[in-house]
Amino acid sequence: MGDAVCKLVASNERMSNGLSAAERSAVERVAIVRERIDAAGLMDAMKAGADGAVCVFDGIVRDNTRGRRTLYLDYTAYEGMALDLMRGLAAEAVAKFGVREVAVLHRLGRLVVGETSVLIVVASAHRGVAFEACRWVIDTLKKTVPIYKKEQFEDGAVWADGEPFPREIVGGATSDRGLVR
Amino acid sequence: MLLAMRVRVLFFGVLRDGMGVAERELEVVDESTAGDVVEICRAGAQGGVWGSLAVAVNQEYAGRERVLAEGDEVALLPPVSGG
Repeated sequence: MGDAVCKLVASNERMSNGLSAAERSAVERVAIVRERIDAAGLMDAMKAGADGAVCVFDGIVRDNTRGRRTLYLDYTAYEGMALDLMRGLAAEAVAKFGVREVAVLHRLGRLVVGETSVLIVVASAHRGVAFEACRWVIDTLKKTVPIYKKEQFEDGAVWADGEPFPREIVGGATSDRGLVR
Repeated sequence: MLLAMRVRVLFFGVLRDGMGVAERELEVVDESTAGDVVEICRAGAQGGVWGSLAVAVNQEYAGRERVLAEGDEVALLPPVSGG
């Protein structure tokens, strides 16, 4: 198992007393890391007897953007807020889709082609909700969690454009999801 | 007379490169809003990202009308590009 997974597994016991399943999942299995993410190790660690499915989204560094060759990506974040929002996504996914547990890991720093930048793992009794929850977590993360990547090409570097914020974040309106307070 | 307060402003992504710093301390008049801070920082700055920014106050997304308090942390966030 990679360092990131070991740390997560080690912190499980002491932090999980007296929490609901959703809260426990959010605390235990959500992290921002700087070391390599071991996708296979975390997936194995998540499996439990009640599960009939584990759905994984393993986001990796692609070797080009629109045909321009990528050398590496530098990820930075508004770390405290990003972690809070990632915990919220994990807990909300458990509550919303009825899956058993959700893990959300994001790596920061310099990543080269093929390395995992983000990993979502959803464990559930049934596959349908596992797929749905996994898709919802990565899509929502990519629109709302303050993490940024700068792409280094052979002939220069640019900040990735990013996806426009949902209206409830930039419009200043009150959100029923509680993103804007 | 208007009272002044201090807030901490954080810049991220392309905005950090554009501003040349990761953060700055700003003295603003009492009752200033998150939107006021955006406009102050925008004055004289280059670049086209200003129209698509989100604002967070003390690590939570906030509307431009949010009234600030002494010591608040105001983050100016370009569209996010994690994942």
